[in-house]
Parts: sequence; structure tokens; C-alpha cells
Amino acid sequence: MDNPDPHKPIIEINRLNFWYGPKQALFDINMTIARNRTTAFIGPSGCGKSTLLRCFNRMNDLNDEQRIDGQIVMHGMDIRAPEVDVIELRKRVGMVFQKSNPFPKSIFENIAYGLRIQGRNKKSDLEERIETSLRRAALWEEVKDRLHESAMALSGGQQQRLCIARTIAVEPDVVLMDEPCSALDPTATAKIEELIQDLKRYYTIIIVTHNMQQATRCSEFTAFFYLGKLIEFDTTTKIFTNPANKQTEDYITGRFG
Amino acid sequence: MELYFDQELAQLKEKLLLMSSLTEQNVALAIRSLVERNDMAAAKVERDDDLLDKLEIEIDQLGIRLLALRQPKASDLRLITTAMKITTDLERMGDRAVTIARRAVELNKEPELKPLVDIPRMAEICQGMIRDTLDAFVYQKTDLARQMVLRDKEVDQLNRKVQSDLTEMMLANSGTIVRALKLMRVAQSLERIGDHTANIAEEIVYLYEARDIRHHQETLTT
Repeated sequence: MDNPDPHKPIIEINRLNFWYGPKQALFDINMTIARNRTTAFIGPSGCGKSTLLRCFNRMNDLNDEQRIDGQIVMHGMDIRAPEVDVIELRKRVGMVFQKSNPFPKSIFENIAYGLRIQGRNKKSDLEERIETSLRRAALWEEVKDRLHESAMALSGGQQQRLCIARTIAVEPDVVLMDEPCSALDPTATAKIEELIQDLKRYYTIIIVTHNMQQATRCSEFTAFFYLGKLIEFDTTTKIFTNPANKQTEDYITGRFG
Repeated sequence: MELYFDQELAQLKEKLLLMSSLTEQNVALAIRSLVERNDMAAAKVERDDDLLDKLEIEIDQLGIRLLALRQPKASDLRLITTAMKITTDLERMGDRAVTIARRAVELNKEPELKPLVDIPRMAEICQGMIRDTLDAFVYQKTDLARQMVLRDKEVDQLNRKVQSDLTEMMLANSGTIVRALKLMRVAQSLERIGDHTANIAEEIVYLYEARDIRHHQETLTT
């Protein structure tokens, strides 16, 4: 299945199959992810959307039982090739999780951490990058006077935006978001959704969400998965006004099963 | 899986069908009041138009409520938005039926100007269009709905003929002017009824195919 906006692909997935032990979780996935756009992955629990997301930065490598077959091409190179440095890959493909997970350190140190690993220790450089990241994550105004206080004192929504700031500080190409708002209240959710709109100027965003409204509000493209298969992939407008597939229609209108 | 929402959508569809059939009936009655010189039929058109107005408001309110509370998508979304547009056309068709009935009552007080030929023909086409459009809605016959654009052109053509014939009549005999002007209004009203029916038919194509065929261009929602 081709991406409806194929001119600027950043990730190309070719015949991807994935197994957890004997159980196949993804079946022959073919799709391309458009650069500087937001793509939403939707589908019922267990449909494989998070598994696919975790393939993009090889998070699944942490599971010994996993087996994968097919290609994920980024910058002209299969990210599964033996010569790919996984640490480098995860810098290019950052990830924000369902539950915010700041380090038990100051706000400043949370963001400086990744930059220092990259060898960027110069104070002025660090400060500049931290401010830029916090501004892009729409958190700067709220924390600029307490950068050296503990990140754990922030609210849930602020912590999640801090995690986004931490992810984008190392300037990734792609930001993966796995249900980033499911633990947040509607106000904090609205802030993250606004933020996603801003961020796609700089990054490609792939978001897994169970919230259909969220998919419609944030994304240009939507992929619907069911039982490990990519059922339909099109513009978000098309998917939510005139899906081609009956299963997609049943899922998005709440008549599934 | 049948949802509570499905019952609400069924309710919306039911009201829309009721409004459509009432409109069809009112257009037919209005024409009868003219052709058969029947004032009773005209009085019923006036009375039933209040029902149409009430149904328009009810359908719009239900549509707005479902949009706000259910966040409908895909075919549900198309049904609700389409229903809200169709009611506007139906309400205006109802108003045109009232115009025809009122002119009929006025004309019925005077001697017949001439035996009517083209106006009943226009009315017949319009009523057929309304019936078929209703059928297209109920049975999802989009091919039938697509024919309405052409049939509406026939109505337009007949209207031009009626207007020019009546103009000639007025030029020839000034004693016909008042009655001829009223008949012109009747023909114009039928012409508008044809337009509204064609609009509804286009909405029905959008409802079932997600294709926008308005203004002679066809685009698929992307």
C-alpha cells in the first residue's frame, strides 16, 4: 500500500513480517511514511500498531523472542542491517511513551543528559539547545525560572512535554509517540496535540493512538491495522469521511465486532 | 453490533423520509389545486407546510446534537451533514408549493385563461423526480439520483417555453396580464422545485458514494 503523499518519504517499509516467538504479530506490511507529516496508527488492541512503531527504532531488539523479516529503509539504508549502530538509530528516531518517564533529576539535566552523551558539554551550547527544545515543546514559559528544580515536581502534562523536549533535544528525524496522551487530562492532551502540529515543521511524527478524535486532530495520514495487517492507509480526511474498507468504517464508527 | 447511536441515526432517517414524502404530497396537492381548480387542496398545502417547517427544525436540531455528542465519522458523518442540507431544500420546495397553491386560489376566482398543457407537464416531471429521488435515498440508487440533473434541464426548458408563451399572450391582450403573471409565478416555482430536487439527488450521490457531483464537476473526497 503506497503512501498517499509519496513524494517525500522518510521511511519505507517493505514486506515486513514480525513474530513474538511462534506468534506472528505483523503480516507483510508495505507502506511509506511521509517526511514532516504526522501519521497516526490506529486499530484495536493487539493489532500490531505498537509493534510496528517499535520496529522503527529497533526497540523490539530488547525482546529475545522476536523475529523479523522484511525491510525498513531510512535514508536509503535498511535499519536492520548489521552495520547500523542502534544507539545512533535511536538518536535519529526518538520515542515518547504512554507514561511520562523523566529522570529523577532537574529539568535542565533531563534534557542535558542526551546532549552530554553526544559529547556536547559546552555550557552555552547546552543552554541554548535546552531553551530551544523547551520552547519547541511549549514548556519554556512554564519552567524557565526553575530549570534546576526536580523534574518530578512537574505535573503529568508538563512531564510529558519535558519528555518530548528531551527527545527532540538530540534533533531526531522521526519522533515516535506511543499513546502519548493516554495518561493525561483533556487540557494537557490539548497542549500535546497543539504541540504535535508545531513539531511536524521540524520532525516526522508517528503516533499510536486509541483516541480516534486525536488521530483526526493531529495527523495528515492514518493507517488502520487489524490482526497484524495493514488494512487501510490514506489521508486522515479520506479515512474519516470515506474509508474504502468496511473493517475501517466499522472500527472508526464504533461498530467493530 | 447495533449501537444506541444506530437508533438515533434511524430516527434521523425516518424524519427525513417523512419530510420528503410530505413535500412530495404538498407539491402534488398544489398542482391539483391549480389544474383541478380545487381550493380545498390549496388549503391543505398551507396547513401541511407548517409541519414541514417543524420537521426542518427537528431534523436540524437532531443533526447538530449528533454532531456534537457522537462525533460521527465516515458514512454516519455523511448521513448527518447530508440530512441537514436536504431539509433546507425540502423546506424551500414546501414554500414553492405554498406559492403555487396561493396563486391557484387567486386564479380559481377568475375564468380560466387557457387550458394548461406545459405547466402540468412540468409538474409531472417534478413529481416524478421527487419520487425517484426518494427511491434513490431509500434504496441507495445513486444511478437513479444522477439522472435528476438531466431531468431538471427538461423542466428548465419547459419553463422557458411557458414564460415566452405567456409573454406573447400578454402582449396580444392586456386583459390577460394579471392571470398570466400568476401562471408565470407557478412555472417559476416548479422550475425551482426541479432545482431543489436535483440538489437533493446530488446530496444522495455524496451520501452513498462520497462523490461531490455538484456544479458539473465530480470529485472524490480525498
